[in-house]
Amino acid sequence: MSFDGKVVVVTGASRGIGREIALAFSRQGANVACVATTEAGAAGTVAAIEAESGKGKAYACDVSDSASVEQLFTAIQGDLGTPAVLVNNAGINRDTLLMRMKEEDWDRVLDVNLKGAFLCIRAVSRSMMKARYGRIVNVSSVIGQTGAAGQSNYAASKAGLFGLTMSVAKELGSRGITCNAVAPGFVETDMTESLPAEMREAVISTAPAGRLGLPGDIAPAVLFLASDGAGYITGQTITVDGGLTL
Amino acid sequence: MSQDILNRVKKVTVEELGVKEEEVVEAASFTEDLGADSLDVVELVMAFEDEFGIDIPDEEVGEIKTVGDAVTYISKKLE
Repeated sequence: MSFDGKVVVVTGASRGIGREIALAFSRQGANVACVATTEAGAAGTVAAIEAESGKGKAYACDVSDSASVEQLFTAIQGDLGTPAVLVNNAGINRDTLLMRMKEEDWDRVLDVNLKGAFLCIRAVSRSMMKARYGRIVNVSSVIGQTGAAGQSNYAASKAGLFGLTMSVAKELGSRGITCNAVAPGFVETDMTESLPAEMREAVISTAPAGRLGLPGDIAPAVLFLASDGAGYITGQTITVDGGLTL
Repeated sequence: MSQDILNRVKKVTVEELGVKEEEVVEAASFTEDLGADSLDVVELVMAFEDEFGIDIPDEEVGEIKTVGDAVTYISKKLE
């Protein structure tokens, strides 16, 4: 699956799943626009890409801010050209039981995880439509399919991504643009670092794969959905959870 | 002034819809005669907004059915 000469945008690229996605695309020849909340974070991933002789460029952006997103995509268009692929991976969590959840914690998670994806898709649509080609992949979560106590905001935002994915697939399909989602299970990243030991054990013993996911486990599904050959797959979700939710 | 607007509307229409300039007559309907689908209409409206530096609210898009309608609408907006 070659992405030679293709511009790929990955949000949340500084760490975890996003970083591995960015690296995976660069290894297939893509020019990867690495987006993170800080210039330093994005630059760290670009440095890793360049250390492997890949191509990347760092961008700082708060995906929940529409002006920041518009500026981001204008800059990417000018620097690199029309994106062929957009991976909406940026995501945060603010876990707490619902009755104790502050409005700020609800809003922030929904704004980054769901609104951010909407804003990025909106900003990239026009150029993808003109190009009559696009691959949009939204990184959701199995939590959006099952829910989780203490994660009502996170689960709602991730479930929301499924609705967004299907609607975008329907709206932009006629222009050669697909929109799909990937639903990771429990993956070893900063986000799941504070998982209590019993929970890790439960995942390890329940999941057929017998282990937690690694950040690099998610990239292959993303690359597949973003590939030229996947043009007849749209509005779909690939669950990458080691069988946890079976 | 109106001729200039008509010429620019024609230019944008040709660019956005990929139709021939001769087809873009004042009576031509974007959807019926020039083959624009719903996404084309959105792109066309955005292109008119960019070309003329105006804002075309969603509720008013319905006023623009033909090339002539576009010229009339845009002329009004620019006054």
